[in-house]
Amino acid sequence: MKLRKVSAAAAAALVLSITATACGGGDGDNEGGSGSGGGDKIKIGIKYDQPGLGLKEPDGTFSGFDVDVATYVAKELGYDADQIEFVETKTPDRENALKRGDVKFIAATYSITDERKKSVDFAGPYLLAHQDLLVKADSDITEATDLNGKNLCSVVGSTSAQNVQDDFAPKANLQERSGYSECISSLQSGAVDALTTDDSILAGFASQEQYKGQFKLAGLKLSNENYGIGVQKGDTETLNKINAALEKMVSSKAWDKAVKDNFGPAKYKNEPAPKIGVIVQ
Amino acid sequence: MFDFLSDYDNPTLLGAFGMTVKLTVISGLGSLIWGTLLAAMRVSPVPLMRGFGTAYVNIVRNIPLTVIIIFTSLGLADVFGVTMGATDFKVQGFRLAILGLVAYTAAFVCEAIRSGINTVPLGQAEAARAIGLTFSQTLRLIILPQAFRAVIGPLANVLIALTKNTTVAAAIGVAEAAYLMKKMIENEAQVLLIGAVFAFGFVVLTLPTGLVLGWLSKRLAVKR
Repeated sequence: MKLRKVSAAAAAALVLSITATACGGGDGDNEGGSGSGGGDKIKIGIKYDQPGLGLKEPDGTFSGFDVDVATYVAKELGYDADQIEFVETKTPDRENALKRGDVKFIAATYSITDERKKSVDFAGPYLLAHQDLLVKADSDITEATDLNGKNLCSVVGSTSAQNVQDDFAPKANLQERSGYSECISSLQSGAVDALTTDDSILAGFASQEQYKGQFKLAGLKLSNENYGIGVQKGDTETLNKINAALEKMVSSKAWDKAVKDNFGPAKYKNEPAPKIGVIVQ
Repeated sequence: MFDFLSDYDNPTLLGAFGMTVKLTVISGLGSLIWGTLLAAMRVSPVPLMRGFGTAYVNIVRNIPLTVIIIFTSLGLADVFGVTMGATDFKVQGFRLAILGLVAYTAAFVCEAIRSGINTVPLGQAEAARAIGLTFSQTLRLIILPQAFRAVIGPLANVLIALTKNTTVAAAIGVAEAAYLMKKMIENEAQVLLIGAVFAFGFVVLTLPTGLVLGWLSKRLAVKR
């Protein structure tokens, strides 16, 4: 009998705590939605785990090129920096986050492809990236074909991994890990000879404080990745405003500054700012 | 609508699920053997073996499988150079995944078998010892045959869990179902549809396992 009372109390406590946290979350959302005096907030999707592009710092602030672009665009749309709420949109979540209207737009290393254009619209492109290799600073890998027989690391399911297997170096010994940071540690320890993905992402990793000077980009242009800003399908008004904002960002040199700030230390040779609506195949 | 399913050849949809089956069967057999040995240790009269069995089960079953699998790759292979005799990462990942899955699943197999051993009346072990059988003979000839028949149902649960757990191997690049799913999601922008296809694939794999083993466990149970 006593035992039953105890377990009933425990169950009640559990239910209470669950509903309490649920309420807490809901309240937070409402505050975010209505804002406090200074007008509405805007929700922008970025990545949290890509240094140099979209990174959530331990202190809760955000840094990276995507973040800078998103902040600039939001300003042009009429939102100050403190009205922006950054939401994490991982690769598989991006289309649904836009479809449901969770975020106004997404700036998260979002390559414009025909498949994706079926379900979202893209503003931009705002950066032309290429698949590239990150190697140790003293490495002699200079061509994609040098990879045959070498150990190469990439992330499970990523397009970069698929490209290597299918096209550039089918004989490369491909190690697939669940994240780029795991690849970096293998590269550092010498377990793999190179790491492959978009050069902008690689430059971001190599620019991190703890890796400075250890790695270099091979400078290969293995693919063209046109980073666009994703908006809800059919939201032409926002799309046009974002395109105008991007054009202004480039003409006012704020774009060049953002590139330099975020990718500088890795000696990343960026392409000139892409023209709006021009997709490099 | 489903035309994208045939666009992949490295691995194909069938190949990916084939890999899932391969992982399940090999690590299922491996963990049955290792789990039985562990169960024997846990009931053996030697204190050192009992202690090892208990410690192993309690440590391994309380570590998340993801941590174990990633450790085999980042820790064992990268740091300690344990490559399981493989020269390329595909084979290495596969073997390390088997190692991790066996190490993890065996802890659960061991506990299932030990619960089966507990269903065998103590008098049978005493009788076996009375006619002069050694401990290993008692276990092999008297206890385990009855214990196994009692735990087919629980072992089916472990096997079904193992089938689903093989998806963790995608984290170290083993080209099984979850790996192909990640690849498709990266390219297709149709998360729900792809998720449904793979969920269905796993139901097709595991439902018959449950039905067949459930039927077997009724047929073979020792009526007491």
